[in-house]
Amino acid sequence: MGEWITNSAWLITALPLFSFIIVGLFLRPLNEKLAAGVATASIGLAWLSSLLLASHYFSAEVSAEAQKTLIPWTVEWLKFQEGVTVNFGVLLDPISVMMLVVVTTVSFLVHFYSLSYMHGESGYGRYFTYLNLFTFSMLGLVVAPNIFQTYFFWELVGVSSFLLIGFYYQKPSAVAASKKAFIVTRFADLGFFIGILILGYFGFKISGEIQTGSQPLDYAFLTHPEVLKAFLNLHLANGNSLLALALLLVFMGAAGKSAMFPLHIWLPDAMEGPTPVSALIHAATMVVAGVYLVARLFPVFSTVPDVLTVIAGIGLFTSAFAAIIACTQDDIKRVLAFSTLSQLGYMMFSLGLATMAEPLGYTASMFHLFTHAFFKALLFLGAGSIIHAVHSNDVWEMGGLKKKMPITHITFAMAVLAIAGIWPFSGFFSKDEILATALHGEHYVHFIGGLLVAGLTAFYMARIYFLSFWGKARTEKSSHAHESSWVMLAPLGFLALLSLTTGFIPFAEFVKIGAPLQQEGIDLHVAIPGTLMALLGLSLSAWMYTGTLNVPKKISVALGQFYVAIKNKFYVDEVYSFITHQIIFRFVAAPVAWFDRNVVDGGVNLTGAAMRGWSSALTLIQTGQLQTYLLWFVFGTVTASLLLWGIFLGMV
Amino acid sequence: MLRQIVLLSLFLFSTGLYGILTRRSSVGLFIAIEMMINAAIINFVAFNRFLAPSHIDGQVMGIFAMALAAAEVLVGMAILVMLFRQRKNTDIQSMNSLKH
Repeated sequence: MGEWITNSAWLITALPLFSFIIVGLFLRPLNEKLAAGVATASIGLAWLSSLLLASHYFSAEVSAEAQKTLIPWTVEWLKFQEGVTVNFGVLLDPISVMMLVVVTTVSFLVHFYSLSYMHGESGYGRYFTYLNLFTFSMLGLVVAPNIFQTYFFWELVGVSSFLLIGFYYQKPSAVAASKKAFIVTRFADLGFFIGILILGYFGFKISGEIQTGSQPLDYAFLTHPEVLKAFLNLHLANGNSLLALALLLVFMGAAGKSAMFPLHIWLPDAMEGPTPVSALIHAATMVVAGVYLVARLFPVFSTVPDVLTVIAGIGLFTSAFAAIIACTQDDIKRVLAFSTLSQLGYMMFSLGLATMAEPLGYTASMFHLFTHAFFKALLFLGAGSIIHAVHSNDVWEMGGLKKKMPITHITFAMAVLAIAGIWPFSGFFSKDEILATALHGEHYVHFIGGLLVAGLTAFYMARIYFLSFWGKARTEKSSHAHESSWVMLAPLGFLALLSLTTGFIPFAEFVKIGAPLQQEGIDLHVAIPGTLMALLGLSLSAWMYTGTLNVPKKISVALGQFYVAIKNKFYVDEVYSFITHQIIFRFVAAPVAWFDRNVVDGGVNLTGAAMRGWSSALTLIQTGQLQTYLLWFVFGTVTASLLLWGIFLGMV
Repeated sequence: MLRQIVLLSLFLFSTGLYGILTRRSSVGLFIAIEMMINAAIINFVAFNRFLAPSHIDGQVMGIFAMALAAAEVLVGMAILVMLFRQRKNTDIQSMNSLKH
């Protein structure tokens, strides 16, 4: 064992790329089943390699000195000028190795699950090709050693997300959802890109003065203490910090990808894609890319506390906002989507509360990212199993599935307990750390908010659990539901196992930054209120949603207009469509379109018409008579001779 | 002496040019063209004789041009005969079918 494991880390990223090309170009037209098998097997290989890498990287003997940042493989990609080069490479540090494991694990399980879930769909091979492309892009994003590579794969991830949301391209709602997801995240990426340009431009200026041995866009350069000091000396014309502006713009990109308010609107609609895709992309991996980016740049963010405050605020608000909406939604996948939003908000505010001196929030955020990926993938795959059996997304059309789908029931229940934060499931540990961050940092607003959200989370997750599994079958279809095949149940079982065990991983020993962590283990000041809130939510939900189901109706009537507003997701979508349709389309797009049609196109048409007129006028002198031509020729020759003669005389 | 010969050549050339521009018969055009070629040949020979008597380049060129003119008439007359067979006239103004 040794060097070769870290040196071959690029293989983990390359395997899905190779299989994407082979499957997409050669195997898919031949045999769709073979294509799916190869796609799954290659991700399986990548999964095993990343497990090997992680065990080597985190193992005790090398952890002492090897747990720093390694760049085992790099190749020059773009050379702009001397001193500005962008490399492709692989960067290994605790969070990237952790993400490699998360992405390949969930991706492999989702590939495997899809073998059965997507069986018989048209476009079976296409689906696996896209999944491979997504996995490759996500892995490339995770291991990026510079912000430019991050951006490159960031967009690739966006494209594969677009392709997969719009997988059912004959369904208008899926097409609309994929466009919405792409446009919203693209809009956010505009900010990210401007942020990169600012960092790159001033980074290049700084790199002339400070020798760091790395390129201006490398993370190693951006997080270098001397460079940060130089950056902090730069100011805008109005005196604000330039770095703060750049970081806010970068955070805009992160917020778009991680669906933070107000850029969250694409995520609930993204549930139009196949359910395993929602599990992989819109719950476990892609949407955490924003959190990951902030964590990756955390040494930079930590120099500007104001930006971190903004991040913490937006994170907490999104968390609460999404949790409230989730309580009223009827589509099981939409509830899960809003719970993803809420949990991403948790991760964001935890990062926002961390500092280099008290970095518990950083570890907690990454820990929650890690555990959340597994239990949220489990929830989605469980929901997929239900949807597969019932052929409906509406929880009111389910019910009584407890006996008919025992394994799905048990694993789903475990995931609900994990996300609610009940000991010994993984969510308990990571949520505990996040709340501990808030309490110890004396951010009481965030602590209370986090506790309330924890209660709400338990409530709405238990709500869909009780509505779908308990009581009587409410429709014909749900009374005839059957348990899914073992190919779908095996990933559920494995993820349930992970939800149960990942909490016990001593995560803080592996992933940390800045000063050593003060406190280890469970803090009862946090654990007791957290668990109480979760139990309160669970029992309230159990009381409301088992039995006659009269209580929820009464409550919704009692809340009146407020309930309607929540049910309609606080009309954020309506605000967006008002701004785009009534303001941007009418006052910007329409005049621009008029200008394009009349002035630009008109100019082109006018040129064409003028040319045609001229040439038809010129055809009149073409009589077809030899003697006319000859006359013109003679006339021309005489004129030319006279002119030449005149010039000649004039010169002499 | 050269002056008179060049004037003769100019007269021949101008007559030929006038003929080309005004005659409607294709055969007439040919005659006019021959007159212009002959004007040129006269110039060659005359300038050779009066300006560089020790050389014979102009005379060679004159004989060459005569051979060329003979070949040209041969081809041209062949075309004209074919055209006449088809159209029963040799009017140059009706020969504009390539325009349409």
